[in-house]
Amino acid sequence: MKNPYLPYPVRIQEIITETEDRNLKTFKLVFLKSEDEAAFSYIPGQFAELSVAGQGEVPIGIASSPTEKGFIMFTVNRVGKVTTYLHNMKPGDVMGVRGPLGNWYPWEEMKGKNVVIIGGGFAFTTLRSSIVWMLDPAHRGDYGDITVVYGARNPGMLLYKEELVAWERRDDITMHLTVDATDDPQWKYNVGFVPAITKEKAPSSENAYAIVCGPPIMIKFTLPVLADLGFPPERIITSLEMRMKCGIGMCGRCNIGTEYVCKDGPVFTMEKLSRLPNEY
Amino acid sequence: MLKIFVTKDNLPNLVGRLMDGATVLGPVKEGEAHRFRPLKKAADLDLSYQNSRLSPKDLVHPHSDAMFAFSLKKDDPEAGILKELPRSADKRLVLGIRPCDAKAFRLVDVNFLTDTYRDPWWEARREATVLVGLGCSRPCRSCFCTAVGTGPFDETALDVLMTELEDGYLLKAVTEKGEALLRDAPQAEAATDERMQKAEGIAEEAARKISKPFVTEPIKDKPQTELFSAEFWEEVQFACINCGTCTYLCPTCWCFDIQDEVHGEEGVRLRLWDSCMFPLFTLHGSGHNPRNQKLQRVRQRFMHKFKYYVDKYGDGPACVGCGRCVQYCPVNIDIRRVVAMMSASCVCPT
Ligand SMILES: Cc1cc2nc3c(=O)[nH]c(=O)nc-3n(C[C@H](O)[C@H](O)[C@H](O)COP(=O)(O)OP(=O)(O)OC[C@H]3O[C@@H](n4cnc5c(N)ncnc54)[C@H](O)[C@@H]3O)c2cc1C
Ligand code: SF4
Ligand code: FES
Repeated sequence: MKNPYLPYPVRIQEIITETEDRNLKTFKLVFLKSEDEAAFSYIPGQFAELSVAGQGEVPIGIASSPTEKGFIMFTVNRVGKVTTYLHNMKPGDVMGVRGPLGNWYPWEEMKGKNVVIIGGGFAFTTLRSSIVWMLDPAHRGDYGDITVVYGARNPGMLLYKEELVAWERRDDITMHLTVDATDDPQWKYNVGFVPAITKEKAPSSENAYAIVCGPPIMIKFTLPVLADLGFPPERIITSLEMRMKCGIGMCGRCNIGTEYVCKDGPVFTMEKLSRLPNEY
Repeated sequence: MLKIFVTKDNLPNLVGRLMDGATVLGPVKEGEAHRFRPLKKAADLDLSYQNSRLSPKDLVHPHSDAMFAFSLKKDDPEAGILKELPRSADKRLVLGIRPCDAKAFRLVDVNFLTDTYRDPWWEARREATVLVGLGCSRPCRSCFCTAVGTGPFDETALDVLMTELEDGYLLKAVTEKGEALLRDAPQAEAATDERMQKAEGIAEEAARKISKPFVTEPIKDKPQTELFSAEFWEEVQFACINCGTCTYLCPTCWCFDIQDEVHGEEGVRLRLWDSCMFPLFTLHGSGHNPRNQKLQRVRQRFMHKFKYYVDKYGDGPACVGCGRCVQYCPVNIDIRRVVAMMSASCVCPT
């Protein structure tokens, strides 16, 4: 068995500054060895540990889709030691990736169902992966209507702007982009918080699943909206964050009751969470 | 399985023989306490000990352990790439370990050796280690092993069980590894019926001396959310100073941290013991901390051992009743009392 703590060596191919505050950067990484790319076989919703020798590791959701070949992609918010160091690295630098880790959104169970994706702020990373994956011709037929509500503080804080615009133009996905506030006359989409826009657009809960990722405050106010729309807790899915080290359920720090978020999560249904201690 | 008897006078010869084939670790007196150390000579071994202050968990899960090495040299084409270090699997024999401490290794196996991932350091050291245990004929007042599914002469996690008789030791092989050890023991005498009967008597007498301050069964039936919101945590946590002594000494506390350490242009990725008693253990980069309060951390320790572990693995509890946390907690928080509250099965005299 492979040593589960040993990262695959990767090279930074490209770094894209996503947001106007320059706190979010997307890293496109390529594996130094092609067999490692094959071994790193992932499913949307999973995460990986990004490893920088001398700095440490950080768990980051995989933002690329398995249908995109030749690279993997992560969007990193600059908060502390490792993420700040990462932000100062350059294309061509060598680092490591360990994973894929954790569980994923329930793609098998959601087959034949409508999928409502609700995202806020920079928690849109694995949601991007999911959208790209579902829109791929190989998978689009497996799912019904795809509805997306995605919001950020202002237009400059949205991730993946070019793709958002491209998805807007498609007719096989319904996009509801929103910002908390803006004085930008170019902004032609919604203005308002994600829960309010979700309520206004009222995506049907019939035969549908909702995947909700965002800051805790957004989740807190979106859940009652979804309940009113008729989504039962078993069909509301979210992805959680905890401080992590090992990422494989061994170092003991990321548990919520019996569940290790790194291994038994990060994806949970609200039904499952309701049976766990409220400590996250 | 093979049983032999070795007189006290002849024991050093047996220890000497064992030292030829493996590194032998045993209880050695250091200052006022005993600690498991590699024996330099047979006479270092002190089997008259009651138990070691630090649990022997560090023999398999060291306090600090290098995982990988890396270079940061500008001209090194491999700079920044983590390299595996040789994992030495030197044969080791732990002599005189208490049955409870050996059982702790079993309980922690469940965490490190899973169907999806296997921890290579834990696995290599576990496989290379033979456990020759010494039954407890004189248990401490703080022992409660029989309440948590083990006991002073529990052989289940051992390769050989030793029982001290007046004039020597009865050694009983429990596994094939243990049998191989005893087969060519020097100056072995027969484990006569009389000796075996004596050993049984000693084991029964010891078990009788150990208190059973709680029953764990009722805890299984309570939902984790109910125990989690119980009011008694407020009282339990009150005196705790979050020093981490309990988790440091505990043979089943395995939590660890991972840190990079750089010297000049070379570095290592280390793993180091950590503790759920420290706020940093769960602090997010954003500043949010799900276990910010002392109550939350104290509760996590007891809930993990007696509820989460049991529910998750259908085994346990993750406690062997060694009583170290009872003996060394500076504010006398007594796990026996806490578990009794969790199971609401009895209230111990305080
Ligand atoms: C499943 C999962 C997916 C995530 N996805 C993303 C993402 O797509 N983009 C993004 O920007 N961030 C994501 N995060 C959060 C990100 O891991 C933390 O912001 C990051 O670890 C902070 O590291 P630091 O060294 O900069 O901070 P410091 O505060 O210096 O933290 C030191 C160390 O503690 C650990 N740590 C600290 N905070 C967290 C945390 N919130 N979660 C996990 N470990 C932590 C890390 O090992 C880190 O190196 C995710 C977290 C999880 C658990
Ligand atoms: S030893 Fe006692 S005071 Fe120290 S952390 Fe443990 S319970 Fe708290
Ligand atoms: S990060 Fe180590 S147990 Fe989850």
